[in-house]
Amino acid sequence: MSLTDLANPTRFLSLTTRILPWLAGLTACLLTLGLIQSALAPDDYQQGATVKIMFVHVPNAWLSMFVWGVMSLAALGTLVWRHPLADVAAKTAAPIGAAFTFLALFTGSLWGRPMWGTYWEWDARLTSMLILFLMYLGLIALWRAVEDPSRAARAAAILTLVGAINLPVIKFSVDWWNTLHQPASVMRMGGTALDKSFLIPLLVMAIAFSLLFVTLHLAAMRNEILRRRVRTLQMMQASRAGSV
Amino acid sequence: MALGPYASFIVWSYAAVAIVVAILIGWVGFDYRRQKARLRALEAAGAVRRSGKSATDIS
Repeated sequence: MSLTDLANPTRFLSLTTRILPWLAGLTACLLTLGLIQSALAPDDYQQGATVKIMFVHVPNAWLSMFVWGVMSLAALGTLVWRHPLADVAAKTAAPIGAAFTFLALFTGSLWGRPMWGTYWEWDARLTSMLILFLMYLGLIALWRAVEDPSRAARAAAILTLVGAINLPVIKFSVDWWNTLHQPASVMRMGGTALDKSFLIPLLVMAIAFSLLFVTLHLAAMRNEILRRRVRTLQMMQASRAGSV
Repeated sequence: MALGPYASFIVWSYAAVAIVVAILIGWVGFDYRRQKARLRALEAAGAVRRSGKSATDIS
């Protein structure tokens, strides 16, 4: 099956129906493994057991940016290639990305209170993440406000691409400005600063959450295709009733 | 497993993730059933796709 075959919504539905149970099973297994490894990870010499929050905070923070990246690619698919599934992908990724961003903010706040002495600080990293969360909510509102999916798709695609400017700001905010947030410790020049006992559970959780996103996204895309099928049938029925 | 003096912060972090992930899974599952039910109702009312295939057939 080629990529062009996937442009056909019916073929896409058929494929997702076959692979979703496997993806869900793999996600559940990896999440279980990641949670066990997180529980067994040693305490940090400075943070104590609070370091365990990292295993849920960091994957959610990574995914909050990754999902916007996926939506930006989908936005290009909508505006440049007019791929029939591109706006379906963008629309359905937004609520999932918003949920991950909320969790990154919430768990970060809970991690910050014992470590920094405050739940919130208006510094560059935290503020740019909050802006990302608000942009997700704005996109969801836009999709709901415009009834015609193709018109909503074009407006949302432009907003998504403009919002992508925020991604490098989030990533490099800890280098460009003085912030309470620590600098990158996993993906950085010169290799990771994390010990293996923390790095392995973190990577397992990151892969598990990435698979969770793929599973939820494919399932949500399937639902959106069905929703559009409902809309088409309703319109056909209405036009038939009007012509009688 | 001792979580130290900040146990409540750790427990709330994991609980929040569990709750939000459960909501996402529930939303996707509920939405799927709702769309299938709407398609079944439309087919029962005589709506037919241009291809002639069943609207609920996704295999």
